[in-house]
Amino acid sequence: MVEKNKSFQVGANIVMVILSLCCIFPFVLLIISSLTDETELIRNGYSLFPSKFSLDSYLYMFKSSNKIISAYGITILSTVVGTGCGLTMTILMAYPLSRRDLPGRNAMAFYVFFTMLFSGGLVPTYIMYTRYIKVSNTIWALIIPALMVNAFYVIMMRTYFTTNIPEAVIEAARIDGAGEFRILGTIVLPMSVPMIATMTLLIGLSYWNDWKNGLYYLQQNKSLYSIQVLLNDMLRDVQALKSGMDAAAAAEIAATMPSTGIKMAIAVVGVLPVLIVYPFFQKYFVKGITIGAVKG
Amino acid sequence: MSTKSAALEKEMKVRTAKPNKRLRFYRCLPLYLMFLPGALYLLMDKYIPMTGLIIAFKKVNWRKGILASDWVGLSNFTYLFKTKDAFNITRNTLLYNLSFIVLGTVIAITIAILLNEITSKRLKQVYQTIILLPYLISIVVVSYLVFALLSSETGFINNTILKAFGADPISWYTEPKYWPFILVIVHIWKVFGYDCILYYATLVGIDHGYYEAAVIDGANRWQQIVHVTLPSLLPTIITLTLMAIGKIFYSDFGLFYQVPMDSGPLMDITSTIDTYVYRSLITLNDLGMSSAAGVYQSIVGFILVLLANWSVKKIGGEENALF
Repeated sequence: MVEKNKSFQVGANIVMVILSLCCIFPFVLLIISSLTDETELIRNGYSLFPSKFSLDSYLYMFKSSNKIISAYGITILSTVVGTGCGLTMTILMAYPLSRRDLPGRNAMAFYVFFTMLFSGGLVPTYIMYTRYIKVSNTIWALIIPALMVNAFYVIMMRTYFTTNIPEAVIEAARIDGAGEFRILGTIVLPMSVPMIATMTLLIGLSYWNDWKNGLYYLQQNKSLYSIQVLLNDMLRDVQALKSGMDAAAAAEIAATMPSTGIKMAIAVVGVLPVLIVYPFFQKYFVKGITIGAVKG
Repeated sequence: MSTKSAALEKEMKVRTAKPNKRLRFYRCLPLYLMFLPGALYLLMDKYIPMTGLIIAFKKVNWRKGILASDWVGLSNFTYLFKTKDAFNITRNTLLYNLSFIVLGTVIAITIAILLNEITSKRLKQVYQTIILLPYLISIVVVSYLVFALLSSETGFINNTILKAFGADPISWYTEPKYWPFILVIVHIWKVFGYDCILYYATLVGIDHGYYEAAVIDGANRWQQIVHVTLPSLLPTIITLTLMAIGKIFYSDFGLFYQVPMDSGPLMDITSTIDTYVYRSLITLNDLGMSSAAGVYQSIVGFILVLLANWSVKKIGGEENALF
């Protein structure tokens, strides 16, 4: 039995290691190709073991192009502002919904929940944000549409509050004369650190990774491109080249297009902060998503 | 006498009930105020666009505004459903989602069980961290990763793997026949870690007594999995699957638009309702077509969510239903 269990453990670990390698491999390939010499890339393609390394892509990227640095600034700005506003609104929405004694609670919960069931879709949203609430071609295009408050997150957070904060604690604070904002700030929030960390990561990621808002609403203002929108734009340039539209236009794109290695370098720069920050949140993240998503 | 006192009592109740209610409202006012900013945001971002669905039944003339534009009945829809696109995008959206649901669930559960069986705590932690990585990156970056693998001139597969076997390079971005597999693999690669963690959390919660009882009854590891683990996972499987079925008319726009790089030859096999709406709205500027496809998606999607929830109630009981 013990012997059998040991061989099972070895087998299970081998499968998990293979899976982990599959998850990491594309990232490794990406990083190595960003460090590969350009002529080597063109001759032998992306490879795990290039014969010649070089830092040229990164040097070129930071020296010659402030496009990338400004895109980085815009990503950071929209992520910080968006996550700050979104997190605050999500917490403020979830807390009243977690209070069983609040009159009208069910109607309020339904108001939030219904946005998960039914949606107007892209067309009316696009028309509203371009023609009526004019966020297009401004920095607000990256902050306001779609990302700030997500009904699913509100419900996740509400579930966390209801299951983890005893009503008696809130009741006691109220008897001691604390107002609702004070109760939320000094009692509920300190007791909800894992959930808040998860939420910060989730909302932060959705801003950091967002390229759709840029694609939809920043068509005439390239100076506001964030890193992801820029990456997306360059991807489309490659495509325009490949479909062989007309030779002159293709040549023009080829001349202005960053070379093969630089593209990978920008992708690395776009993804690196996520890879660095994530391990710090990981402990809370697994706890947070499982509490909110399964029970919610 | 007794009737009089009853009447008095009733009046007292009415009198005290009113100020009490008002008092309660004042006491709850801060809570309503907290709810307000988010509610206003949802009103703007979600509810107002819902009313915009009427665009599909109009011929929009921007000079008159949406409300004053002429009604055209269902002509946008008849036009849409006459094209072969309507069938194509519906088929693609449904079939891709079905394969995501079936394969994704089987894989996520298998890995979750495997992860649960591993005894080393530290290794468990490491695996969990790693399999969640793909979930965290944007689909644009995923497209770059896929491009690094598949690019016909510089891609890893053509240059390293196929070369090693002496096979001819394949022009991946112009060959539709490979794409159903590529998209399914890419999608599952990206999300299996997340689903796996959800199932794993349920597994950790299973009472160990069941396993001990099974061992006493002489159950081997496989029998334990079939008779204890899987039945305990069932509620989670039902909930997650039905949530996915409810969203079966929606697709990840990035996966179907970015990963195939918007490539023309692949269009028939890679376009879904979401990419179709985007292309007809922004590339072709065809408001009638795109809004008709959007309404089709919203309405059928809504019906499917309701159906999915109704069937959870029937199969899994009230407590598993979403609402």
